[in-house]
Amino acid sequence: MAEKTEIALNLQNVNAGYGDTQILNDISFAVKKGERLAIIGRNGVGKSTLLNTMMGLTDMHSGSVELFGNEIQNLPSHERARLGLGLVPQTRDIFASLSVEENLISGARNNGRIEQAFSLFPRLEERKKNGGGQLSGGEQQMLSIARTLMGEPRLVMLDEPLEGLAPVICDMLMDVFEKLASDGKHTIVLVEQHAELAMEFSDRMLILDNGEIVFHDETSKVRENPSILERHVGLGIS
Amino acid sequence: MLRLAFDLLLIGAGIAAYFIFPDNLGFVTRVLIMIIMVLSLDLVLGYAGVATLGHAALYGAGAYGAGLFAIYYSPDPLTGLLVGAMAGGVTAFVSGLILMRANGLTLLMLTIAVAQIMQEIVNKERAITGGSDGLLGIDMDPIMGVYAFDFFGRTGYWYALVVLLVVFFALKILVASPFGNMARGIHESAPRMRAIGTPVYWRLVAIYTISGIVAGIAGALSAQVTELVSLEAFGFALSAEAMVMLILGGLGRLYGAIIGTIIFMVVHHTAASIDPFNWLFVIGTMVLIVVYFVPEGFMGLPVRLRRWMRWQK
Repeated sequence: MAEKTEIALNLQNVNAGYGDTQILNDISFAVKKGERLAIIGRNGVGKSTLLNTMMGLTDMHSGSVELFGNEIQNLPSHERARLGLGLVPQTRDIFASLSVEENLISGARNNGRIEQAFSLFPRLEERKKNGGGQLSGGEQQMLSIARTLMGEPRLVMLDEPLEGLAPVICDMLMDVFEKLASDGKHTIVLVEQHAELAMEFSDRMLILDNGEIVFHDETSKVRENPSILERHVGLGIS
Repeated sequence: MLRLAFDLLLIGAGIAAYFIFPDNLGFVTRVLIMIIMVLSLDLVLGYAGVATLGHAALYGAGAYGAGLFAIYYSPDPLTGLLVGAMAGGVTAFVSGLILMRANGLTLLMLTIAVAQIMQEIVNKERAITGGSDGLLGIDMDPIMGVYAFDFFGRTGYWYALVVLLVVFFALKILVASPFGNMARGIHESAPRMRAIGTPVYWRLVAIYTISGIVAGIAGALSAQVTELVSLEAFGFALSAEAMVMLILGGLGRLYGAIIGTIIFMVVHHTAASIDPFNWLFVIGTMVLIVVYFVPEGFMGLPVRLRRWMRWQK
């Protein structure tokens, strides 16, 4: 299917959840190609559910989702992935019984990309023969990101990728996200609890509360008026 | 290097068994055929995590396919083996289109149902299949026109050994390939595999079909070597025993399928010859001990022993 617009992702009136339980209420927003969108909110407001809904891993009750101009709400997850959508899940979901190399190959559309994955994360090359279950939390996160990139996504969704990681690893991963966002090939949607990191990284911010969008605008607006964060997320920015 | 040593050991053991058990070649050949069946089960259960208690449907399809082909078309063994493989593969593909949409208990029940339905169809088509009397009158030609099947089972043994080695090394290449990684990925997390672009359903159908081809080969071999096929080829006992053999050896390891089958069949053979009525007690106890103390199966025993010895120090 040919690309029709400069919009990478467009959600209109999306209601979704798990089974009959509705988590997301009337979600509408768009992400332009090459944009960096940060989604923040308290625990349990539906951030991961939103990413999973875009990936086709939840039950979407109504609404539409367009990816690069193609309606994808009725497509299975693997077809969404093939259209260029990639999700790095919060749970990382590393295949523990597979080696690092095998984990990467399992997500590959082109095995040649494995060298690119190793150049992005040299640590993974050092540990390529190790089992996925033998990696540290930081290494698992690198592997989870690299495996998603092996599918050549054009829109990468990162679900709390820095959660529980040492500051030095967080800095390294933020550098990688910066590289991805700057290469002109990737649009990034970042779900993040660290509001300051999210502000530093993003062009636009979206705040979720109780399954609804309560704020969606340029990140500069939040920088100018930090009380927005305090009001919606209960965070003060120093 | 270690893997190569194991592979050479496997070939060596296969050759040695012929000379060590010259009077038991019939039994050893049955072990070889059963290993092929358990290898095929390992592919779906051990690697892809698809639980099935109806694998005999694929074995039986291969056995009847090869048997009927030998009686009605051609008694050539190699062509018959190909027909058996195709019968297993087609059965797996067609039933897999339904089965691979299910999971858990529903899947288990459906796999049993498929085997039972096939058994009943074969039973009803008595005029062609012999029904409950079994498929009689199979008389195989010599292999490649040279090696005739003999009363002592010598040709049958070498034939089964060569087929087993070909199947084993083919599966070894398959499970080490990206396709094999994908199967293990599906086993660990099907939703994650979907999210990274894998059409999980069709991949499972493909794995099940390949497994059906291998089970069909095992069934065809059995039909050709014994020149008899009975309804038991579709029996629940065969499916359940294959699963027990795999659990004993270790799921998701090709050598586990080999070791588990050998241990099960040797213990079964020995226990049944000592006490024909209570041999199941011995098997049951062995399974309990393995599941409790070595849940990874006999393949996990060296690691457990090493840990235990380190702990003793």
